[in-house]
Amino acid sequence: MDALTLHRLQFAFTITYHYLFPQLTMGLALLIVILKTMYLRNGSERYNIASRFWAKIFGISFVFGVVTGIPMEFQFGTNWARFSSFAGGVIGQTLAMEGTFAFFLESAFLGLFLYGEKKLGRIGHWIAALMVFIGSWLSGYFIIATNAWMQFPVAYSVAENGAVHVSDFWGLLFNPWAFWQYLHNMGGALLTGAFAMAAVGAFYLLRDHASTYGRLYLRLGLVAAFSASVWQLFPTGDQHGQLLAKHQPVTLAAMEGHFRTETGAGIAIVGQPNVETMTLDNPLHVPGMLSFLTYRRWEAEVRGLDAFPRDTWPDNIALLYYCYHIMVGLGTMFIAVTSIAMLQLVRKKLESSRWLLWILMLSFPFPFIANTAGWLTAELGRQPWLAYGLLRTSEGSSLNVSSGNTLFSLLGFMGMYTVISILFVLLVWKEIGAREETHE
Amino acid sequence: METFWFIAIALMLTTYVVLDGFDLGAGAILHRICKSNSERALVIEAIGPVWDGNEVWLVAAGGTLFFAFPRLYAASFSGFYLPLMMVLWLLMLRGIGIELRNHVHNEMWQSLWDFVFSLSSGLLVFMFGAALGNVIRGVQFDSQGQFFSPLWTNLRTSGNTGILDWYTILTGLVAVVSLTIHGAHYVAARSAGSVNLRAKRFASLAWWPLLAVTGASLAATLTVRPQIHENYQQKPWLFVFPVIVLVSLGLMRYFNNSQRPAAEWAAFLSSAAYLSGLLLGAAAALYPVLLPSNNDPTVGLTIYNARASEYGLRVGMMWWIVGIVLAIGYFIFLYRQVREKIRLEA
Repeated sequence: MDALTLHRLQFAFTITYHYLFPQLTMGLALLIVILKTMYLRNGSERYNIASRFWAKIFGISFVFGVVTGIPMEFQFGTNWARFSSFAGGVIGQTLAMEGTFAFFLESAFLGLFLYGEKKLGRIGHWIAALMVFIGSWLSGYFIIATNAWMQFPVAYSVAENGAVHVSDFWGLLFNPWAFWQYLHNMGGALLTGAFAMAAVGAFYLLRDHASTYGRLYLRLGLVAAFSASVWQLFPTGDQHGQLLAKHQPVTLAAMEGHFRTETGAGIAIVGQPNVETMTLDNPLHVPGMLSFLTYRRWEAEVRGLDAFPRDTWPDNIALLYYCYHIMVGLGTMFIAVTSIAMLQLVRKKLESSRWLLWILMLSFPFPFIANTAGWLTAELGRQPWLAYGLLRTSEGSSLNVSSGNTLFSLLGFMGMYTVISILFVLLVWKEIGAREETHE
Repeated sequence: METFWFIAIALMLTTYVVLDGFDLGAGAILHRICKSNSERALVIEAIGPVWDGNEVWLVAAGGTLFFAFPRLYAASFSGFYLPLMMVLWLLMLRGIGIELRNHVHNEMWQSLWDFVFSLSSGLLVFMFGAALGNVIRGVQFDSQGQFFSPLWTNLRTSGNTGILDWYTILTGLVAVVSLTIHGAHYVAARSAGSVNLRAKRFASLAWWPLLAVTGASLAATLTVRPQIHENYQQKPWLFVFPVIVLVSLGLMRYFNNSQRPAAEWAAFLSSAAYLSGLLLGAAAALYPVLLPSNNDPTVGLTIYNARASEYGLRVGMMWWIVGIVLAIGYFIFLYRQVREKIRLEA
């Protein structure tokens, strides 16, 4: 394998792995604040005990997020030196702001939140939880603002040596792309946290029938999961699609497996893209739907891949297509499952619908997959560019780091992450598996 | 404007070393100052709420370096690829070592993670010291302004250098001795009983080696990079940094041996001052160079050829000052909550 492929693989691997943790902690941070607020408002001790339980899961996940997150910032310099020289004057801003505004806040208050409940008192501890939530969601924003610039470069000027520099600070921070991407991403994080909470609740109810905490987790998790599922489709997913249609039409064509320009284009529900023959094999189309979703007109012309020069096509169309369809397919299933469960909740039949509890319990991995597939869609869709239209991925890697050295570090990360995956599963399983008495 | 950022980053890195330095140092000597599982738990409890916040200073300094001097970030991080990857792995092991030990109440589990934590802390301390040595010694840039350092070559400080040579090993040792003393001072201030006594004994015993390696590294630095005294000759007020180093060396010993109640924190502040004087003194000597070349003095990275645009640096200064003031506020609040002694329950 050449060095470029290895640099790409390493970044893809480490960031995909890393993001399994922040999506959970960002989602849980909001849910913990909700639990703490409920405790503050009605004083019932069980909300506080519940938030303490979730703080434990949060704490474990947070550590894994921190230790796998540091390599992300480092790798801009280590593996993508040409990109860092080129764009550091822009994205360095948002990355440095993440450290300065989000990480300090989050880390200082996390210690207090996890260890300082007695000392801080009720309101103080609620504030600590709120600060951890704000810190983690702020951190998400700065990362999204960084990625949004790579997707849709704005607010920059080009210096004599070819490097780009920020020319409008607020323009960079409030990149229109970042707005919808952030809302969509945070909805995804809430889905992960909410499904995890609902799954634990369902597990306790299936095991113990009348578990107080099982009921609480199931209800809160379900309501949050239902809201987030709808939010992912509309407005955030829809608006994100509009941005793509406008600014990355070639990406949209590849995601949809839409090879040839046509009017009244149908949307592919399933099928296998065949780039060699420019066709979708075994397709199942909804006629006119792609035209409607993109331009709000059933007869609109949607440009296919054939309308764009080949050197601007994403370089892994099949994987991009599958990731996008996995995300959308799972998103649809989330809406279906949570709608049925909400209906049963309203009819007060949720706890007796054991088949539904089983489904909810076993669903928790799927938001992780959907979030991962969504990010793969965004990042594969950005190819062949590192900064869209400005710098190609092949022009961004470190030339001085050989393929052998990159493989060394990639293998190291794989080994390290295998070990810590086992530890994570072990510890979370232990916390969840403990009988309910330990909640007291 | 670039001088402001040079100072800002030097201060952030110094803060990192002073803060994370004590928990790494305490980790490195964990098994020397603790003789039982519960004693080790006490030390972990003393650093548990603060280590993560301390580490953020490294991340924030890295981010600031990236945005203020993108070329330096690109060239140095890719050039020091191998040791940086190892630092990342060690930081992971250190973090999970601290955090995972108390999730399972089993002595075998806990002693395993204590060992992992201690070993990774010790290696990190050494690597950070060696890293500083590499920056002072300089690297061999190619015509594109890049380099790639192997882990070691022939242990000499000129020509085709590696990460480890006799000089960087020496600076690594300075870091090991000074940060373990700094860690011992922190543990002494936060503990009572036998752990407190052993920490003080350690700081007292390690003081003589510290004196020796400090002197040796100063002499070595003058031979490896004779240019460093130029700034000092032009601006004699810079001698305040070496004076701080010397005075705080003396104070460290005085307070560590003193029996007065506030002396333990005073000893900790003395070693903090020692570290600050050493690092800021080195930064003052390098200025305006960021990463010197050890072959051709015209190709090194300086604050002038590595900086971002004027507008970016100026607007960055606005938010940076706000952010740092906030961060200092959080840290004062945090440390006020965790300053009292932890006692072993009988």
